[in-house]
Order: sequence, then structure tokens, then C-alpha cells
Amino acid sequence: MSEMWTAKLRNKWQKNLPIEKLLPDDQPAYVASWIYTFGVLTLSALGVIIFSGIILAFEGPAWYHTSHVGKFVNSLHFWSVQLFFVFMVIHLWGKFWMAAWRGNRFATWMTGAVAFIASIATAFTGYLVQTNFDSQWISFEAKDGFNSVGVGAWFTVTNLGQMLLLHVAFLPLILGALTVVHVLLVRKRGVVPPIDAEPTSLSEVKR
Amino acid sequence: MTGWISDFMNHPATYLKSGWFQISVTNLLVILLMLTVFTLAILIPFPKDEEESKK
Repeated sequence: MSEMWTAKLRNKWQKNLPIEKLLPDDQPAYVASWIYTFGVLTLSALGVIIFSGIILAFEGPAWYHTSHVGKFVNSLHFWSVQLFFVFMVIHLWGKFWMAAWRGNRFATWMTGAVAFIASIATAFTGYLVQTNFDSQWISFEAKDGFNSVGVGAWFTVTNLGQMLLLHVAFLPLILGALTVVHVLLVRKRGVVPPIDAEPTSLSEVKR
Repeated sequence: MTGWISDFMNHPATYLKSGWFQISVTNLLVILLMLTVFTLAILIPFPKDEEESKK
């Protein structure tokens, strides 16, 4: 009898990502550098974004546009996005200059790059649903851009309902999935060593 | 908003222009801040674990 798909999946998972790799308690010496902290800082900012976003979704605009606490959570959501992008771009610079796709880490690099694009789309729709003069200006400028490339009827930036649903449902789901895969790949392949570093046991990649 | 924050924020952005290229002072400052943080993250030594350094 052939092995069940559950057993196949379990065996494949255990082979590729055993629990020691998923939850390591030590890291190679070269990880002791501030530049290696920007990935987890990006994740932390994303955590604050998701947490504050869930509160905003539950309470609604009548709360977050008028009450003091609502305005605070709204601002927390906005400013954690600013920090998220600052940390993510510094993380990207660091990984680009150490050629982080080395050692069979192509998929890790690509999921990070696509997550960056998904973040831009999520932030863009977020700016569009502020329902203020800023969002009105951005949407009317962007509308011409999207119309000029022929997607304006399908992706309508002045359609508040469409932008809000993309911002709170679809895009966070995509970004969340990409982030999970990215982090799992980092755990699977190990943190990339600096270009001149000797590979250590944790950074050695199974080929 | 009152005070210096109001004076600082309640007016259109100042832009720097050079031919086809233009950038707001705010965006330029954010980019410079990020480059500074990036440089410091490479240059500043990471604090060592006390137990590790005793070994």
C-alpha cells in the first residue's frame, strides 16, 4: 500500500525543516551584527501593523476618525507602516550587498522581493482608504496612471469599497503567506553568511 | 495642531529641483536617515554576550 499523503508531507517536512532548524537556540558567530537585526525588526513592525489593523477593522472609521484612542490606534497603524518600510529597505540593502541569494537561497531572496512588492500594494491601498484629502489626491493621480496602462476598469483606485477590501482582506493574506514562507526558508537554509565568512554548521546548505 | 509642529507641517512640501529630477525635502531627509542607520548598523559593534566573552 502506498504511503498516505499526510505521511509523505510529514516526512518531507521533517527532512527539509526539522524542529532543530525551525527553532534554533544558537546562530553562527557572524550573525552578531546590527545589520542582521533588520529582518526581525521588519517582522516586529508587521506585528504591530496587523495588531493595530485588527483593532481598526473591529471598531470602524466612526471610531478611529473621532475618538482620541481611535486616532491613536490609527496613527499607530500608520507610523508602524513607516517603520516597517524603513526596516525592510535597510534589510534589503544589507541582503543585496551580501548577495543573500548565495548558497541555494534563491527562493528566500525571491519571496522577500515579492513580499516587498506586495507590501507596496498593501500600503498603497492603505493610503487610498484614509478618506481624507491626501487619499483623494493620491487616488486621482493614480487613476490616470492605471488608466494609461489599461487596468483602470479592473483595478479602480477611486472605488473605496474595492480598495478597502483589498487592503484589509486580500493583500494582507498574500503578504502574510509570503512572509511565513520567507521566514521558513530562512530557517531551512540558515542565515546567509557574509561574503568572506567561513561557512559554519548552521549556515551550511543541504544541496 | 499648535506651535512649531503646526508651523512645520501645515504648508505644502518644499521641493528641491535639478533639471528633470525633483525630490521633497522630507523624502530626502528620510532617505538620508535610512542611509545613516544602514551605515551605523554595519559600523557599530554588536554587544557581546558576557558568558560567551568569558570563554
